[in-house]
Amino acid sequence: MMRQNFYAAVFAAGITLILTCLMVGVKLTSEGTELRVVGATSAQWAWILSGIAIVFLSQLFRDHISAASAGIPRPDFGKLLPAVSVQARLKPWLIAAVIVGLAVWPFMVSRGAVDLATLTLIYIMLGLGLNIVVGLAGLLDLGYVAFYAIGAYTYALLSSYFGLSFWICLPISALLAATFGFVLGFPVLRLRGDYLAIVTLGFGEIIRILLNNWTSLTGGPNGISGIDKPTLFGLDFNRRAAEGQTTFHEFMGIDYSSSYKVIFLYLIAVLLVIWVLFVINRLMRMPIGRAWEALREDEIACRSLGLNRTVIKLSAFTFGASTAGFAGCFFAARQGFISPESFVFIESAIILAIVVLGGMGSQFGVILAAIVMTILPEFAREFSEYRMLLFGLLMVLMMRWRPQGLLPSKRPHMELKR
Amino acid sequence: MSFDLVFTMSEASLYFLQQLINGLTIGSTYALIAIGYTMVYGIIGMINFAHGEIYMIGSYISFIVIAGLLGMGMVALPVILVIALVVAVLMASTYGWTVERVAYRPLRGSNRLIPLISAIGMSIFLQNYVVLAQGSRDVALAPQISGGWTFGDPQLFEVSLSYMQLLIWIVTLVCMTVLTLFISRSRMGRACRACSEDQGMTNLLGIDTNRTIAMTFVIGAALAAVAGLLLGLYYGVVNPFVGFIAGLKAFTAAVLGGIGSIPGAMLGGLILGVTEALTSAYFPSEYKDVVSFGLLILILLFRPSGLLGKPEVEKV
Repeated sequence: MMRQNFYAAVFAAGITLILTCLMVGVKLTSEGTELRVVGATSAQWAWILSGIAIVFLSQLFRDHISAASAGIPRPDFGKLLPAVSVQARLKPWLIAAVIVGLAVWPFMVSRGAVDLATLTLIYIMLGLGLNIVVGLAGLLDLGYVAFYAIGAYTYALLSSYFGLSFWICLPISALLAATFGFVLGFPVLRLRGDYLAIVTLGFGEIIRILLNNWTSLTGGPNGISGIDKPTLFGLDFNRRAAEGQTTFHEFMGIDYSSSYKVIFLYLIAVLLVIWVLFVINRLMRMPIGRAWEALREDEIACRSLGLNRTVIKLSAFTFGASTAGFAGCFFAARQGFISPESFVFIESAIILAIVVLGGMGSQFGVILAAIVMTILPEFAREFSEYRMLLFGLLMVLMMRWRPQGLLPSKRPHMELKR
Repeated sequence: MSFDLVFTMSEASLYFLQQLINGLTIGSTYALIAIGYTMVYGIIGMINFAHGEIYMIGSYISFIVIAGLLGMGMVALPVILVIALVVAVLMASTYGWTVERVAYRPLRGSNRLIPLISAIGMSIFLQNYVVLAQGSRDVALAPQISGGWTFGDPQLFEVSLSYMQLLIWIVTLVCMTVLTLFISRSRMGRACRACSEDQGMTNLLGIDTNRTIAMTFVIGAALAAVAGLLLGLYYGVVNPFVGFIAGLKAFTAAVLGGIGSIPGAMLGGLILGVTEALTSAYFPSEYKDVVSFGLLILILLFRPSGLLGKPEVEKV
C-alpha cells in the first residue's frame, strides 16, 4: 500500500516538475527587439520546489490525509439556522431588525465603509439575478455582464442625451435589458445547456465589442462620464444647486456634507435589493417559480407533464436579465462614469462564482457569498495579484468537494427510497 | 496556377484571393484547436473550457524554447522549430492530462453544470498562473520565417503567399491526416470511437475508458500546442489572454462543423477563418468577432447539429 503510494507520489511530483520547470522556472524578457530567456529568481525556484514537495507529500500520505479529513466533523451550516417553525415565527421580526439595522448603520461608520457596502449591494443584486437563471432554472449564463452593461449604458445614454432622471431610467433599463434577454433567449433556449453557456459568452463579447467600437454613440473605450446622480424628489446632493433647483442640504437647512450623497446612494441600493428579493421570493412561490426548479431537476419529466419549456426558460432568462439591468442602471448612477472595461468576461465569472459559492438556488447563500467575495479582497490587498488565481482554484475545489455551495437551499422534499 | 490566368484577373478578385489565403491560414489553426473541443465533447459530452488556455501555454512554451535555443547560439532554424514543436507538444499534453485528472475526472457522473463550472475555474486559474509566471505584457518574437511568393499584377494588386502561411497549411494538413489515420486505424482510435458511442459498454468489453478519455485530452492538447506554435510564429506575439478568444473561436468552429465530428471541426475552422478574413477585409475589422459569434448564434438557430454533425437524441 505504502509502496504503491510512493510510486504515485514520485509520479505526481515528476509531473509537477515538468509542468512548472519551463513555465515558472524561466522567464521571457524582451531586450530591444530581441527576445531572451532568463532563469527564474531563487524565490520562484522556492515556489516550484515547495509545490513539488506539497504534491509529493500529499500523494504519499494520501490514505492518512483522507482518513484524517473523514475524522473532521463536516460543518453543516444549514443546521445553524433554527427549525422551520421557529423560523416562521421569527421571520417578520428578523426582517424588520435587518432593515432597521441596514438603514441606521451607515450614519455611524466611515464613508469608505458605506461605499464598499454599496458595491457589495450591487453584487448582491447581480448574484440574485443570476441565481434565477443558474440556480433556479439551471441555465448556465456566461454573458450575464452584457445585461448589466445594457442597463448601465441605457441610463448613461438617456441621461446624457435626453436628460432623463435616474428614477425614470431605472424601469427603462430593466425593461431594455429584459428585452435583450428575451430576444437572445428566444432562439438559444431550445438548445442544450452547454451550448447556451457558449452562446451567452459570445453575446457578452458582442455587446462589449459594440460598446467599444460604436464610438459616436457610446464614446468607445473612453466611456461616458459625468452621469447624473440620483435625486431625492428633485433634490440633488451637490454642494451648489443648478439653476432654479434646491439641493438637499439647503432644503433641510443643514450644512453640506459629501457623505450624504454616499449614504443616499447606499440607501437606494438597499431599497433595490429589498425590492429584488421581494419580487424573487414572490416569483419562487408562483407556479412559474416552481416550474423553474422542476425544469432544472428533470427536463424530460417536465415536458411529459405538459410544461412548456421554452416559456419557462425564457421567463427565467428575462427576469434574470432585468435584474442585471436594474443593477447596471444603479451602477452607472453610482460611478458617474462607465466604460466597456467594467463589463468584461471576468465580471461574469465573478458573479457566477458568487452564485456557485453561495449554493445554487439559495438566496441567503448568494447574499453571504457576495459579501465574502467583495469584502475579502479589501482585507487581502497585499495578495491582490494572486486574487484571480485563487479564485479559479476556489471554483475548481468547490466543485470537487462542495458542489452544493456554502449554504445550499433547503426545501421540504420527499425522495423515493431506492 | 497558371500566371496567364492570374494576370487576367481584376483587382477585386486578386484582393479576394489574398483574403482567401489569409483566411485559410487562420482557419487551419482554428481547425487544429477545434479538434480538441470536438473530441472531448464527442467522448464525454462536455465543453473543455480550459482548452484555449492550453493553446496559449503551448504558444508560450514554443516561444521559450525558440528564444532559449537562439540564445544558446543555435542557428539551424528547422532544427530549432522541430525541437520547439516537440517540447511544446509534450508540455501541453502534460497540461492537458493534468487538467483532466484534476478538474474533470473526479467530477465524472455528476450534474452537467458542475464540470462546466470547474472547467471555467481551471481556465481562470491557468490564465492567471501564466500572468504570474510570465507577466501580463505582450511577448514579441522577431519573425523567424520570412519571404514568400507574390503574384498578380503589380499595377493592380499583388497577392502574396508567405512561406509561413505555406508552413501552416502543410503542418495542419499533416496533423489532420495523421489524426484521421490514428482515429480510423489504430487500436487506441477504435477505443476512442467506441467510448463516444457507449461508455458503459466499452468498459464492459475490457477497455480502460478513463485512459481513453485522458488520451483524447492529450491529443487535443497536442494539436492545440501545434496551433500555438504556428500562430505564435505567424503573429509574432503572445500574451496570457490570447487563449480566451482563440478558444471561443475554435469552439465556434467546432459547433459550425458539428460538434463531435472531426472532419466537421476541420471544415468549420476553415469556414470560420475565411469568413473572418472576408469580414475584416470588407468591413471595419473590429467587427470580425461580432460576425463570428453572430455566425455561431445563427448556426445554432437553424442547424444546431452543425454542418456534418448527427442530430442528437435525448435519452432518459
